[in-house]
Amino acid sequence: MSKEIIKIEDLTREFTMGAETVRALRGVSFTVKEGEFVTIMGSSGSGKSTLLNILGCLDNPTSGTYKIDGVEMKDLSKNQLATIRNEKIGFIFQSYNLLARTSALENVELPLFYNSKVSSEVRRESALKALKMVGLEERMDHTPSQLSGGQQQRVAIARSLVNNPVMILADEATGNLDTRTAYEIMSIFQELNEQGITIVFVTHEPDIATFSSRTIVLKDGNIIRDQKNDKVQSAAYELAKLPKQDH
Amino acid sequence: MRLYNLLKIAFKAIVLNKTRTLLTMLGIIIGVASVIAMLAIGEGSKESIRATISSMGSNMITIRPGADDRGPARGSGGDVQTLILADYEEIKEQASLLSNITPVVNGGGQVINGSNNWPSTIFGVNPEYLEIKAVGLQSGSMFTDAEVKSASKVALIGQTVVENVFPDGQDPVGQMIRFNNIPFKVIGVLEEKGENTFGQDQDDVVIAPFTTVQKRILAIDYLNQIMASAVSEDDATEAVEQVTEILRKQHKLMDNEDDDFTVRSMEELISTFSSTSEMLTILLVAVAGISLLIGGIGIMNIMYVSVKERTKEIGLRMAVGGKGADILMQFLIEAILISITGGIIGVTLGLGSTIFIEKFLHWPTSVALYSIIISFAVCAITGIFFGWYPARKASALDPITALRYE
Repeated sequence: MSKEIIKIEDLTREFTMGAETVRALRGVSFTVKEGEFVTIMGSSGSGKSTLLNILGCLDNPTSGTYKIDGVEMKDLSKNQLATIRNEKIGFIFQSYNLLARTSALENVELPLFYNSKVSSEVRRESALKALKMVGLEERMDHTPSQLSGGQQQRVAIARSLVNNPVMILADEATGNLDTRTAYEIMSIFQELNEQGITIVFVTHEPDIATFSSRTIVLKDGNIIRDQKNDKVQSAAYELAKLPKQDH
Repeated sequence: MRLYNLLKIAFKAIVLNKTRTLLTMLGIIIGVASVIAMLAIGEGSKESIRATISSMGSNMITIRPGADDRGPARGSGGDVQTLILADYEEIKEQASLLSNITPVVNGGGQVINGSNNWPSTIFGVNPEYLEIKAVGLQSGSMFTDAEVKSASKVALIGQTVVENVFPDGQDPVGQMIRFNNIPFKVIGVLEEKGENTFGQDQDDVVIAPFTTVQKRILAIDYLNQIMASAVSEDDATEAVEQVTEILRKQHKLMDNEDDDFTVRSMEELISTFSSTSEMLTILLVAVAGISLLIGGIGIMNIMYVSVKERTKEIGLRMAVGGKGADILMQFLIEAILISITGGIIGVTLGLGSTIFIEKFLHWPTSVALYSIIISFAVCAITGIFFGWYPARKASALDPITALRYE
């Protein structure tokens, strides 16, 4: 029995907009075990991004409990949360969020800058290794503006990997990419998942969900479906099936 | 390690925004440079005043008839006839802190040599005058005590007089000149001293024994002033008191009566003029200080915009594990780096323009070390002070709010 990485119970999140209170999450509970590849699906406004932000310790729930590796997040200070984000979580954004005019390598190194235990040699080595995993080692000196969207997202993935996180959280990571590039990215995620990294992936595209081992569907802040996926598709195989691109 | 990392991050941010950084620095650069240059000009003029006054004899003491400030209507010192030769003799005999002393009578007149003539001033003195005024001889010799006693018609002349009454470049020594129609034999030429700080030509003089000038030219029996020099510069103040005491006794002044003479040391004169130039220095520095302050506000402005502009970046940095303190330090280091670099450039520029002013405008300058230290410290402090607020604001952001900021 593998251990529970994420355990949330009765999580709610409310935003106050003037006099109105928007309830983005209305009591969500689930657990994610080590090595799972979970997709969270739902239409726009269903609360999936809010949920992911809470899972990524970027936002705090209004009520309910959230434990990572058995540690209650509510009890941690701002600085301790920063350390959790730094050492345990890799976060990937829809809009890549790379630092402009900064090389791919330095972008990947960024999280390690905030970890004083890592020396500059180790930092560079780890960043190179992470870039190699996403197949961009020969582009390490390129700045984001010199990279395609897919390549930028791969740099972002490398950045999320660089600190050996226990889980990677991706917020619509393929949302800005065409099908082919999206499948390339998904095959990278599947590879990482095979290496044992837990992945939580937010998307609204059903075909992306077929690459994961479990799908949670949210609607209006509630879970309406949570099911294992028995027939996990291989992104690499699907990619091969796509018509070849003309060059 | 952590600080080093943050330093690297901050440095990168500065390098990535070269133009903006340079423009921000400009305020600091101009501020620091002007503080240094202004202080150098102020200090320089103060020193030059001190130097010219010293060149007139730094331990010189002058005794003039008439009080310094008595009554609303004051005549010039020469009009008051309270100083006589007996006073000179009394001081010479009793004052222990004086090394040289001479009576002085002076008057204007025409110096004539053949067809050349020139209006000048004749000073009747004794041989000790040269020591007191710290003037050397270019050629010839000074008259002797015996020549003073016999009221000989001998004279020494300054460079300006030489140029005007001996225009063909002949040696004046041994020649005869006339001053107000009294013939004098030129026995020496004084060394060139140039203009003093007050614009007086110190070379436009004729010097003769005071007995001769008093009797033959001015026909007076009093003295215009007495000049003396203190044993050393440090004794000058005490010597002034000593002379005052002797003269009060000599003039039989009661305790409730004011002095009917004025004794002054050069030291006093120096401080009088120094205080004027000090005022000017303060004024200049105040103006320069304001530009430094504006430079500081420039830093705050840019840091503020920089924080706003990079809100998303701050969010990302927090999302990957940057703590509030890390963000605060990053922006603070950035502000300090900008102000210190600006400070260094400013100091260099300030020193450069000081050299320029000295070389090309020929203004006396003197760079004081304290001006460099002060302006540098002020710019570092403005960097910290004006960088703090925006940095603090950045660090207090919520990661998710910052990330969503457009």
